Amino acid sequence: MSFSSDDIKNVATLARLHVDEEKVEKLGQDINNILALVDQLKAVDTTGIEPMAHPMDAVQILRADEVTETDQREKFQACAPATEEGLYLVPKVIE
Amino acid sequence: MQWETVIGLEIHVQLATKSKIFSGSSTAFGAEPNTQASAVDLALPGTLPVPNEQAFRYAILFGLAIDAEINKRSVFERKNYFYPDLPKGYQTTQLDKPIVGPGHVEVDLPDGSSKTVRIHHAHLEEDAGKSLHEDFHGMSGIDLNRAGTPLIEIVTEPDMRSSEEAVAFAKKLHSIVTSLGICDGDMSQGSMRFDVNISVRPVGQEEYGTRTETKNLNSFRFMERAIKLEVERQIDVIEDGGRIVQETRLYDGDKDLSRSMRSKEEANDYRYFPCPDLLPVVFEDDYIEALKEQMPELPDARKARFVAQYSLSDYDASILSADAATAQYFETVAEHAGDAKLSANWVMGELSGRLNSEDILIQNCPVSAKALGQLVLRVKDGTISSSGAKKVFGILWQGEQNDVDQIIDQEGLKQVSDTGALEAMVDEVLAGMPDQIAQYKAADEKKRKKLMGGFMGPLMKASKGQGNPKLFNEILQRKLNG
Amino acid sequence: MLDKSIKELSEGLQSGAFSSVELTQRYLDRITRLDSRYNSFVTVDEASAMAQAKAADARIAKGEATLWTGIPLAHKDVFCTDGLRTTCGSRMLENFVPPYDATVTANFKQAGAVCLGKTNMDEFAMGSSNENSYFGKVINPWSDEIERVPGGSSGGSAAAVAARLAPVATGTDTGGSIRQPASFCGITGLKPTYGRVSRYGMIAYASSLDQGGPMARSAEDAALMLQVMAGHDPKDSTSIKQDVPDYAAALEQSIKGLRIGLPREFFNAQLDSRIQNILQDAIKVLEAQGAIFSEVSLPNVELGIPAYYVIAPAECSANLSRFDGVRYGHRCEAPEDLMDLYMRSRSEGFGDEVQRRILIGTYALSAGYYDAYYGKAQQVRRLIKNDYVNAFGNVDVILSPTTPSTTFGIGSKGEDPVQMYLEDIYTITTNLAGLPGISLPAGQIDGLPIGMQLTGNYFDEARILNVAHQFQNATDWHTQAPHGIHD
Repeated sequence: MSFSSDDIKNVATLARLHVDEEKVEKLGQDINNILALVDQLKAVDTTGIEPMAHPMDAVQILRADEVTETDQREKFQACAPATEEGLYLVPKVIE
Repeated sequence: MQWETVIGLEIHVQLATKSKIFSGSSTAFGAEPNTQASAVDLALPGTLPVPNEQAFRYAILFGLAIDAEINKRSVFERKNYFYPDLPKGYQTTQLDKPIVGPGHVEVDLPDGSSKTVRIHHAHLEEDAGKSLHEDFHGMSGIDLNRAGTPLIEIVTEPDMRSSEEAVAFAKKLHSIVTSLGICDGDMSQGSMRFDVNISVRPVGQEEYGTRTETKNLNSFRFMERAIKLEVERQIDVIEDGGRIVQETRLYDGDKDLSRSMRSKEEANDYRYFPCPDLLPVVFEDDYIEALKEQMPELPDARKARFVAQYSLSDYDASILSADAATAQYFETVAEHAGDAKLSANWVMGELSGRLNSEDILIQNCPVSAKALGQLVLRVKDGTISSSGAKKVFGILWQGEQNDVDQIIDQEGLKQVSDTGALEAMVDEVLAGMPDQIAQYKAADEKKRKKLMGGFMGPLMKASKGQGNPKLFNEILQRKLNG
Repeated sequence: MLDKSIKELSEGLQSGAFSSVELTQRYLDRITRLDSRYNSFVTVDEASAMAQAKAADARIAKGEATLWTGIPLAHKDVFCTDGLRTTCGSRMLENFVPPYDATVTANFKQAGAVCLGKTNMDEFAMGSSNENSYFGKVINPWSDEIERVPGGSSGGSAAAVAARLAPVATGTDTGGSIRQPASFCGITGLKPTYGRVSRYGMIAYASSLDQGGPMARSAEDAALMLQVMAGHDPKDSTSIKQDVPDYAAALEQSIKGLRIGLPREFFNAQLDSRIQNILQDAIKVLEAQGAIFSEVSLPNVELGIPAYYVIAPAECSANLSRFDGVRYGHRCEAPEDLMDLYMRSRSEGFGDEVQRRILIGTYALSAGYYDAYYGKAQQVRRLIKNDYVNAFGNVDVILSPTTPSTTFGIGSKGEDPVQMYLEDIYTITTNLAGLPGISLPAGQIDGLPIGMQLTGNYFDEARILNVAHQFQNATDWHTQAPHGIHD
């Protein structure tokens, strides 16, 4: 599987990363090397093997429906880049 | 060419839990921005989700209500996309293993027929926050209070064939979730939001046409309008030789217009994968059985009971049983009035007219069911006339007084039902109307009925509106026909 | 004092031989004087550390002290600390001061320990050399004529402990990030069973693999740290409800009759003969104490690195989406629109390796590739787990190398990221299977330390700590310190 510079741009857009033109080639080479490593998996026969999402076969413990949080807006927004009237500000959202 | 409309729905139902699906923040509506957004809701680094059991209980209750398979093992997945109202950059949702599998809903249609709409599945997920577009120096403001509110997304098969069917189904669904008590049903606050998939095809054609999705409709009226508009648009496009483009559309209820959504043009690739921060959720049979035991009465069962218990017509019963609050209100009125039919007429007539025109939910009705029951009782026992009753209702609606008998006294609305006094009034009035009497006696049966009204006017005037019209009528009949 | 164990420090504090203020000041002074050489700390808050030390002394004076009261330690900068900057080695979080504590840091606070500061690391825990930190590379205190890497990603913690800038430190391990730096820096580092230690407040790299653990000079100190760190946390859905044993008590058990497996696939021709010899010596030490060795087979372990480089990037691509310049973290100057805000904030905030892994993960999950990459890797992951489950049917512990070499020179791995990835060949499968593993010093090659790895069965941390402690009772590799670190 070879990764073209168009592939890089598409994937970078999906991931919301900006890739400088001069870096595209080196990045493509790196990623192709990584994919070559990863492609070893393709030779493995995994017929009938259940994919493993978690190391443990544990099940989820559920929480009781209780309100345990209090308003900490001021504290949480202390590390925010831009807020006004309690809102986080972003460039205009267009639907 | 004859066209057939094909409609499928995706419905987001906000569950009425106290806390969010993955955090202990309150879900209450209307708080100051971001005061109900905890570290988990804000996706601060290192925070982790812990699911709310009540959200699962509610989802399972819904599944049981639509006769669906409950998946005893369900799995959360991450749906990846960037949007400012989505703090983690992914929505935690269910895909391959949703909590509720295939089911079905029976819908009564306005023409009296009924129809089965198949449910593909229903899954649990988290709601997003809100973008506020007021101008903050050219910026938008993000409020994450709603982020993490539990939702079930209900996905139907494309089983509906008209806007009427779609609306009837939507109303039925509203009735089911409110009866279950799993959703407050307040559509004006976004508690139920509909995405409508619409396509058209020539009648007789088997394969579906290309569909569009109109998103986020939050009233039955908008939904009906949006469907009609989109069906017309699609037919126009095709008949003009064009092709339907698969797209997401936005309906503006105020302008009654729809348009394509620009931001969704970019091809989405959601890169779903199982959420590694959450484990599979597993329920045993006895857990589900225990929930079955706790199921409240559902609309269909309640409707059947209303027909049997109160001798209501099918139509009246289906309207009154539709949502839990209306049903409960009606039953309280009927209990106090001792007359179900008359109570039904008042609840469906005067009361719901007033609620609709003032856009008030029956839960917030200023007239208590007990007071209305008392009022209906006074109509039934002849204490007041129906026009007097409307006056009393108007006063009850102001919300300052709730003692029906006191209002009747104070307004002097009590009808005179003393036959002796009424008879004397009749004699006095008739004495002054010899010509009319002669005319009446000469007339045939059919004409007599009409002429009778000519005596009632003066009689009501003589009694200052307080004579019991039914008794006046009886006395008149006796005197004139005797 | 610098070579004292946690138990000895605790006894010293409680007997009044020295105060926590004195002890803490001593370490702070050392950091000030020596850390310009190693760059092992990103943030040191002297005032806060001294305040904690004073509070600890007050508790000791009142007779309310417990084992950890007044003991200084350092936290890897991946653990959130309430009010203390937490960077994760990234420009993205250069100015991020968390409004809450991770469960691990809260537990140490609760136990009375004094936080000296936050240690340097590969950005977002991605790396095996600590060359990927926005705050500069960390230098291994064992460096000889060339500057050498401490390993990564917990390289700052490993270097700080090796240089005696902190008695102990926390670390995290996703593919070897505790054990590999422990091997390179001549210390003892344990990665617990997945789910043993809460991940709450530990900034996620790959959620199904990440696990916090102790980094110390001895198995005994590591056991005492694990006692504080381990346990179910209702805030972490993946932490497991299972009793926490008394790890210190288990240390002294005899290992007579203990069955130890040697994986055929690790003891092969590729293994450096000098490491081979060191491990053979270690085996003799354990055999002398009654351990019984046999060969085991883990046929799919060679697939560990390929499987890991699908699963970890996939998870990281989603985990790092929250860094969008909206609620916290780096935000680009004057974004033109939303897309610009996202693209520039993220590409300015993340370093090259982080961006590479996000791209790989995004690709592996994208439409049309999911089954070939992610689905396949999850299946292979199960094959690897099954190998271990089978092996543990016959043995109690598995012994292997930790790293294919001793510490390498800074910049020596070149430009191809894959060369660095191969560093984790012996450690990565333990993470994929979710098993506990410990690395402890087993010898030296040309004056540089090298570790051996003991892998235990699920939740059997007590056993590998026991074996490590018994080995350390019989050897002195773990007491050796790099030159030039003493006052």
